[in-house]
Parts: sequence; C-alpha cells; structure tokens
Amino acid sequence: MSKAWELFRGIAGRLDRSAAAGQRDTKQQHPFWVIVQKEVADHVHSWRFNILLLLMMLTCIGSLYTAMMSIRDAVPADESLKSFLFLKLFTVSDGTLPAFITFIGFLGPLLGIGLGFDAINSERNKGTLSRVLSQPLHRDYVLNAKFVAALIVISVMFFALGFLVMGLGLLAIGIPPTPEEFWRMIVFLLLAICYVAFWLNLAILFSVRFRQPATSALASIAVWIFFSVFFSMIVKLIATATFPKEAVDAGSLLSHQQFVQYLLRLSPSQLFTEATTTMLTPSVRSLGPLTMEQIYGAIPSPLPLGQSLLLIWPHVTGLVAATMVCFGLSYVMFMRQEIRSR
Amino acid sequence: MKQPIIELTDLTKRYGEHTAVDGLTLTVNRGEIFGLLGPNGAGKSTTILMMLGLAEPTSGSVFVCGINSTRQPILVKRKVGYLPDDVGFYEDMTGLENLLYTARLNGLSRVQAEERAEKLLERVGLREAARKKAGTYSRGMRQRLGLADVLIKQPEVIILDEPTLGIDPEGVREFLQLIQALSRDEGITVLLSSHHLHQVQQICDRVGLFVGGRMLAEGDIHSLSRQLFSKEPVVIETQVSPASPALIDKLRQIDGVSRVEQDGEKLAVHCLKDVTAVISRTIVESDAALLHLTQKEYGLDEIYHRYFEGRGAS
Repeated sequence: MSKAWELFRGIAGRLDRSAAAGQRDTKQQHPFWVIVQKEVADHVHSWRFNILLLLMMLTCIGSLYTAMMSIRDAVPADESLKSFLFLKLFTVSDGTLPAFITFIGFLGPLLGIGLGFDAINSERNKGTLSRVLSQPLHRDYVLNAKFVAALIVISVMFFALGFLVMGLGLLAIGIPPTPEEFWRMIVFLLLAICYVAFWLNLAILFSVRFRQPATSALASIAVWIFFSVFFSMIVKLIATATFPKEAVDAGSLLSHQQFVQYLLRLSPSQLFTEATTTMLTPSVRSLGPLTMEQIYGAIPSPLPLGQSLLLIWPHVTGLVAATMVCFGLSYVMFMRQEIRSR
Repeated sequence: MKQPIIELTDLTKRYGEHTAVDGLTLTVNRGEIFGLLGPNGAGKSTTILMMLGLAEPTSGSVFVCGINSTRQPILVKRKVGYLPDDVGFYEDMTGLENLLYTARLNGLSRVQAEERAEKLLERVGLREAARKKAGTYSRGMRQRLGLADVLIKQPEVIILDEPTLGIDPEGVREFLQLIQALSRDEGITVLLSSHHLHQVQQICDRVGLFVGGRMLAEGDIHSLSRQLFSKEPVVIETQVSPASPALIDKLRQIDGVSRVEQDGEKLAVHCLKDVTAVISRTIVESDAALLHLTQKEYGLDEIYHRYFEGRGAS
C-alpha cells in the first residue's frame, strides 16, 4: 500500500512539478520507481500514446452514442426480469457501430502492442541501455519497470474511459447503476487491463528478441491479426473436417462441440470475449453447450455476480497465465543477453 | 604508494569456440591513467563488460575496488563510472534531464542531483547547451555529456571505451585534457580503451597492449618499446644528398649499426646502441650534404606496427 502511494506521488510529481515540491525533492527514491516514473512520463508525452488515446476516446464516445440510440429497444418488456439496463450501455448496438466491448476487444491489442513493441530494442539501438545498466541497479529492474509503467498507463486510461462511459450514461439515461452492475463493470475493466497486459507482454517479448523495432512491431501485429481474423477460420476448417459423419448421437455431437470450443479458447481474444460477455450480460448462464436435462428446471433469471465470476474464472486464469508465460520468456531472454553498446 | 584498484587474475571469456579474452592478468593502481590499447575485436570491450559485471567471465576473477564484480556488480557499479563507445542519450530529453535521470538512478535526491549536474555541465563546458534536447547535440558534445554522466555518481574509477571515436582533432585534444585534469584533481583512476595510439600516448601513465584476447606487453611507453625492441633499440632517420651506395656501405660498417634501409634520399639506420655522432660524422666526411638527422623514438605506432609485422611473418 505504501509503495502504491509512493508511486502515485511519484507520478503526480513528474506530471506536475510545481505541486507539492519540498520534502519530495530531498528524498531518495528507489531506482525502480525512478525508471517507472520516467517511463510513465515518456508514454504520456509520446505522440504514439496520445494518438491511441484519441482513438480510444473516439470509439468510446461513438459506441456510447449508438448504445444510447438503441437502448430503448433493449429494455425488456417483462419487468419481472432484472434488466441490468445500465450494463447494456457497454453491450448494445444498433449495427452501425460496434458496441464498447467489441471495440475494446479489437483495439486493446493495438494499445498493448503500441506501448510495448519498442520497449527494449529501441533503448538498445539508441545506446541508452548499456548506460542505464552501468548504473547501480539490477538488470531486471529495467524490464519490470517498463512493464509496470505501461500497465499503470493502461489501467489509468481504462478506468478513466470506463468511468467516463458510466458518467455520460448516467447523465443520458438517468438510471443509476445498482451495486452489482457497478462491480460487474469494475471486473470488466480489470479484465480489459489483463487482456491488454497480455498483448503488452507479447510485444515486450518481441522487443527483447528482435533488434529492430519495426520487426517486433510487425511480429506482434502479425500475431494479433492471426488471432483476430484467421484463427476462427482455421478452427472452423478443423471443425468441419472432424465433424462426426456416422452414427450421429448426442454424445459424439456434444464432445465434438466441446473440442471445437477448446480449440477456440486457445485464442486470447476468444477468452476475453467470452469473459466480458459473461460479465456484462448476466443472463449468460453457461459458456458451453447445455443439454436439455441441464436446462430443465432452471429458473430463467440472470446469474448473480459470484456465479458469473465462477464461470469466467478459468478464462481469467488462462489470460493471466499467457501473460506470465510471455513475461517469463522475455525475462529469461533479457537476463541472458549480453548488453553491448549498440 | 601504489595501491591496486583494478585486479584481473587469469581472466578468460569464451563465446562457444571463440576465445575473446584469454588468461588476462592485469593490475591498475589507484590514481593512474591506464590505456588499454588494441585493434578492433581484441577483447577490450568484453574485458570492460566483465569489470562491470555486465558479462560473466568463463574463468578467472575480477576485483574492482576490492569487490568481486561478478558476484556483486551493484556495489561495483556504485563506484565505477562507465562510458560506452558511442554513448546514447534519451533524445527527447534535455542534456540536463538526462543527467538528472542518471543521478536519481544512483539514489541522489532531486536537489542534490540538480546541484551536481549543474556543476558538472559547467565543468565539461556544456552550460549553454544544458537545456537543449540531447538529440541536437553533436558527437563531441554527446561525449562530453557522457563524461558528466559518468562523473555524477562521484566514482572512484572511470572506464572509458573508445572515448575519442569520431570526434574532430581539436575536440579530442580538449577531451583528453579534461580527462587528465579530472584524474589529477580528483584522484580518479582512469581506464581508457582505444585503438588510437597517439591519443593514448598523450595522457596515459601506463599502457597495456592487448591483441587477440591477450596482453602482449604492459608498462609506460618507454619500457614498452624496450620490451619489444630489445634487438634494435635505436633507429636514426636521416636525409642525405646524394645518398650514394658508397656512403650506405660506409654506414653499414660502423660498429653498432645492424642494417640500413634506403628510400630515395632518406635513410633509416637501425642500431644496437646510440651512434648518432658517428653516423653524422661519416656522412659529412664523405662529402654528402646532411639535410636532416633525428633519432627516432619508438612511438606506439611502431610498437603496434612491429607487432603485426611479427605476427604476419610467423
């Protein structure tokens, strides 16, 4: 907690030097937080981040607008169902513009890649890496600090955007969110941060591996496009090829369906989509196929927050694990690399 | 009193089959300027990286300020400043900001850092440029900023890897003088790697000749030349007109002269001892005009050249 506070003060200090001068100026700081501060400042001042931020803002406002236009149709006629109307701000769309969650799913990777693709290799090419590493600090500070800094920037941005949508929505529709809706939105924002963190780490991994920033950017974008465009096509191909032809009974159909779903879930974007849909649409009861026996007797009501969380827990674990794998790989690679000047 | 500050013992670094540094043993004393001299790819940079703990030696040990660099690199890096060749700065930050960043990485507070940075910028002559972006700096300015960057942690030892590469001659002269002054005023030990012989010759107290990962010879310039040229310690260069074969014959017969090389009117007389007087008398007595006569001091140039000649032949 104290560290987080220190960090917060550090960032505030960097962004606004005139404020709260005095005591901080004579205090020594841990080198790790010095690097984090510098990286955050670099991101905030960079054109790249500001362009991405602008893009996110535009899509955010655009999707909010379409949601407002179509939210009237989304109000369920049956008042007995809890409608979770507020959450619909994030999910409904009239078809002209995608909904907010679709936008995040699509642009999140771009954001992560944009902040991470030149993390290490540009420092190496500029010759600053060997200079920084000849200062008294551990080598992994550089890598960790870059990750933490980008994550902080992303978190602040997502929370800001998320609360912006909520606030505007509140003004526009005039119905306050229930506590459950609020927590669902917080979980959604955290999920989005996890998802972007995965892409960020993948980009950092490539930036450690490849010497040229252009190569690592292209490699990351290639992975992104593969997962967002081609992966589902390939899975569809596999699905048709392996479809059971003879003796089609319910069991084999079900297992085939599950197999296809497992394949699809290898893609982080699929994990993210399923998890966010579950969080923002409480009426989603299961992510796999349900048999008639399972549905029989179920009350058609939305799931409580705890149950929704339980449903997406494997997805969250998967996303975090993928992030960890990327980070671990880049960590090992970075520690083993020899740091030469240029 | 000589107090060793850098001690390398039997240091070896291999990259697969290739041996970059081969059993290097070297001691640098406190307060001296030591020149590590060698061609590109001799293993100078690798040695320096091992001193800072940025590369791990295959075998052998490195002690800097009495601390094992391989095991406690952080402690070493607190006392050693390293200026890499072609040092890089964050180009969208000013020179001052770059310095402040380094200072704060070294655990200085902002106030302390600013104080020290201003002083150092003054010292390296970058006061006017301090608030300009580092991206606009010229090569020479970058190198001077690099020196300030190294000094901001108030090191005991500074290691400079090819510090004069790509600077114009006047800039080199100023830069070397700056280093010399620093070493003298603050008692900082300087280890300088270079392949520019004349520059090393100008400021270094001692020089190590480093080729193919091995230290060929070390000592001051004078003792180096003695070590390497024990067979023919003296060369006398002279210009005579006319340089007749008879005269050259006579020169060859002087006691102590081992051989004479002729290039038009210019003669190079290799001798075992100093026989300058005899040579000049011989030339004048044989009615030739003596235009020029000097005893050639072996510079590093010759030392260097001689080594490669020797290696080419073997």
